[in-house]
Amino acid sequence: MTAPQPLIAPEPGPAPDPALRARNARRRRRTAPRSERVASAFLHLELLVVAVIVIFPLLWIVGASFSPGTGLANASPIPENATVEHYVNLFTNTSYGRWYLNSLYVATLNMVGSVVLSALCGYVFSRIRFRGRKAGLLGILILQMFPTFLTAIAVYMLFLNFGLLDSLTGLALVSIAAALPYNTWLMKGYTDNLPSSLDEAAAIDGASRWTIFVRIVLPLMRPMLTFVAITQFTMPWMDFILPRLLLQSPDKQTVALGLFAMIEDVYQNAFTTFAAGAVILAVPITILYIVLQRYLVTGASAGAEKG
Amino acid sequence: MSTAQQRLPASVPGIASALVWGSGQLLNRQAGKAAFFFVFFAALIGWEIGSGNYYAGMDYTPRSNGGFFVKGLWGLITLGTKPREMTLTGLTEGDNSIVLMANGLISLLTLALLAIVWIWGVRDAAGYRRRLNDGGPRQSSLAYFKRLWEHSFAYIVLSPGMLLIVFMSVLPVLFGILVAFTDYNRDNLPPKNLVHWVGFENFATIFAVPSWTATFLGVLGWTLVWAVVATATTYAAGFLQAVLLANRKVRFPRVWRSIFLLPWAVPGIVSALVFRSMFNGQFGPISQWLVDVGITDERVYWFTDPSHPNLARGIALLVNLWLGFPFFMALVGGVLTNIPDSYYEAARMDGAGPLQQLRHITLPVVHRTVSPLLILAFVSNFNNFGVIYFLTQGGPDNAGYRFAGSTDLLITWLFTLTLDNRLYNIGAVMSMLIFVIVGTISVWNLNRSKAIREL
Repeated sequence: MTAPQPLIAPEPGPAPDPALRARNARRRRRTAPRSERVASAFLHLELLVVAVIVIFPLLWIVGASFSPGTGLANASPIPENATVEHYVNLFTNTSYGRWYLNSLYVATLNMVGSVVLSALCGYVFSRIRFRGRKAGLLGILILQMFPTFLTAIAVYMLFLNFGLLDSLTGLALVSIAAALPYNTWLMKGYTDNLPSSLDEAAAIDGASRWTIFVRIVLPLMRPMLTFVAITQFTMPWMDFILPRLLLQSPDKQTVALGLFAMIEDVYQNAFTTFAAGAVILAVPITILYIVLQRYLVTGASAGAEKG
Repeated sequence: MSTAQQRLPASVPGIASALVWGSGQLLNRQAGKAAFFFVFFAALIGWEIGSGNYYAGMDYTPRSNGGFFVKGLWGLITLGTKPREMTLTGLTEGDNSIVLMANGLISLLTLALLAIVWIWGVRDAAGYRRRLNDGGPRQSSLAYFKRLWEHSFAYIVLSPGMLLIVFMSVLPVLFGILVAFTDYNRDNLPPKNLVHWVGFENFATIFAVPSWTATFLGVLGWTLVWAVVATATTYAAGFLQAVLLANRKVRFPRVWRSIFLLPWAVPGIVSALVFRSMFNGQFGPISQWLVDVGITDERVYWFTDPSHPNLARGIALLVNLWLGFPFFMALVGGVLTNIPDSYYEAARMDGAGPLQQLRHITLPVVHRTVSPLLILAFVSNFNNFGVIYFLTQGGPDNAGYRFAGSTDLLITWLFTLTLDNRLYNIGAVMSMLIFVIVGTISVWNLNRSKAIREL
């Protein structure tokens, strides 16, 4: 007996070959009627307008960083006598280098701590049934609803009274703790969706929990690990409230604090220097985000699904 | 002997363990377990006696002789009794209420953790005896701990993270809640003054003193408007851009997409500060341009003109739109690529035009996926510290408000209250109010999602 033939021929795949589709589109465009060409022109006009609105402020700040002069009024998007003196000035006359290293230190510590702890906690909450699991998950969920800021003020009052202020490591620890509930939920949600058959097979072969975690689950968690790593690495560069509360002495400032201080007083006439600092801060993070956008967008939507 | 012991009722080792930790286990002839529980007991007593002064005899007072736990609890209850005073010999050592409160909280948390061990010990002693009386097998301490070790993988792995959370999040949250019930503010700063418990007085202040109530309601109202409008505009604009980009007529869609993603990729603090400079009234290029072109006769003070609070609010919303639309564009774009073409083909066969397809296919599908994120976006806009603080710092000033400007959100007002004005107690009350509002919305949102039901 031959295998029974399906009565109805299988439907063609929903999406035709993309190359074919593009060719069809091109043909349509060439032979498009007038009304379609007008619609296309309007479409591109809209895109162009939005693109200009998006780019102008960014172009303006980059231009300002190369503009001669120091004040806000001197800034121009396309400076005529472009100069790099503000970049030199930034590293010779301000503590920008120090701030940058401070931010880098906090960011690295925050990233490593967050990834390690949230991966461990997420794995345990997802795969192991133990007493207190539900209470723990709900507890950190409630904790997460207190905005970081509210804990920050209490941390400030506590640190103030115990003389713990002004420590970069302390700042990193508070940041890790503040983001840990959310990251744990992310990791737990992601691990829930990984097939548990692999773990079970390994367990039957006698692998310990730890081996299963390191050898099997951890490699599969990589997209979410990347997401947490990027968000936790970039966060301290932009964070303002916690460092503003916890750091005080001039050599313990972060980039965000320093830049804000530079711009707070317009009469200080350091606008173009601020612009240079802003560009140096923004460029690496912007490139990172654009290159890794796929991970960042899927990670963010996964967070919403899982609460 | 052994038969007599077997008839021992289960409550005897239980009560023994409750009085002297581990003694019940000793009655059950489990020396290892007994030692284990006794170590905790000894640590508790030893710590208290070692850190206090129990040789004081009749002169004993918790304030001067109490150990870590007794003095901690005493401090938590009284918040100190003797302020710092000037005497002939100089300043006396007064009580620092806030340090006392924090120490009390730490000792209370430690006691709570030890209480878990205590309950565990009592239940273990009684339960093991009951099983023996019912004819169960004897178990050595070693076997018990071996089994415990195998079953406690979860707790061991969780402990570093949980410890960090307890001391860096739970403790501060509890501390913040306690401060809301005290008079800790700039008129009452330790160690110079003592802080006192005042019950619900701070809550009463916010709701009974007219200027406070007016500020709170005004700021809350604007915060709600801000959160709704900011979320709606960014979502609508992001949706529109995503749909336009998905159009097959668009040339180089990847290039456009990367350009539109820039506001999302550039650090928020940088963009907000850039806009703050562009909208600077005195030197900013936009004011200058408006004058040059002749639209306005004089410079516009966008964020500092008290007579135009709504101008500042409108600009803040526009800047937020610039910052926020790319995220929704990326998100909706992802959803659009997952809608099968067959949906649209079927609609076209039924004679649906592009607008009808948009309304009846694209919109519902996208909306179903994105709606939980909308709630999340609402909450984060509700607490959007960055945009407001960096852009306007709450300005323009509002004479009718207490320590708040016209664009201040609850969160930025809270920041000013605490940091610039040192009204710690009022700030703590505000924190709790924000938590209640945000918490209610989040719980409502979570109840609809499947994450909780699957827990």
